[in-house]
Amino acid sequence: MFQWLLLLSLSLLSLSVMVSIYRLIRGPSMADRVLALDAISYHIIGIVTVLTVMMDTQAYLEIVLLIGIIAFLGTIALSKFVDGGVVIEYNRDE
Amino acid sequence: MKFTDTILQTATRVLVMIILTYSIYILFAGHHNPGGGFIGGLVTSSALVLLAMAYDVRTVRQIIPFDFKRIGAFGVLVAVLTGTSALFFGEPFLFQVFAEVDLPLFGPRELATAVLFDLGVYFAVIGTTITIILSISEDQ
Repeated sequence: MFQWLLLLSLSLLSLSVMVSIYRLIRGPSMADRVLALDAISYHIIGIVTVLTVMMDTQAYLEIVLLIGIIAFLGTIALSKFVDGGVVIEYNRDE
Repeated sequence: MKFTDTILQTATRVLVMIILTYSIYILFAGHHNPGGGFIGGLVTSSALVLLAMAYDVRTVRQIIPFDFKRIGAFGVLVAVLTGTSALFFGEPFLFQVFAEVDLPLFGPRELATAVLFDLGVYFAVIGTTITIILSISEDQ
């Protein structure tokens, strides 16, 4: 029963990744694509967590934190690119 | 263009400490568990990139006054020397030994010479990544 529930949640998460990929490809504006990428990263975190429960191991829990850090960095970089075009400035006071 | 994002800069001050601590953990966990020098160096350099994105390149160069090219060269040197030092004991290249040591604060731990090689890889990865990213983003 529990395994079936885990499989159901995995398939629902995959479905929602696919919906986000549709928004990533079609997205009318750049901001839609940035948000779609963000949503995909956090859905991947959910998938990895469900896999951790499924395989009864703790080896994947560090990867969850790692994907979180990298997704956060990517979202900030893309947001700064959409906002002003300069991701890393040399001197922010100028 | 003047860039001051108060929310991002305040969050970065806390997040950089968390990410750096996590990178040190991942560096030393990487003998029996997922992790190691390469991924630890990448996490450390992602913390520095976050700092450079929230502030600027000049601030990063001020708070970390090292030449990152030299850090990378130092890491490669440490990795090569720990690899070749096995040759002096009549063992093949990159041979490693380990011992069970009872540390005063941490209890019984397993110390391996592969950690020294991993430290070299860690510094090499930090030096390479930060040099590439900062020299791409410098526009003068």
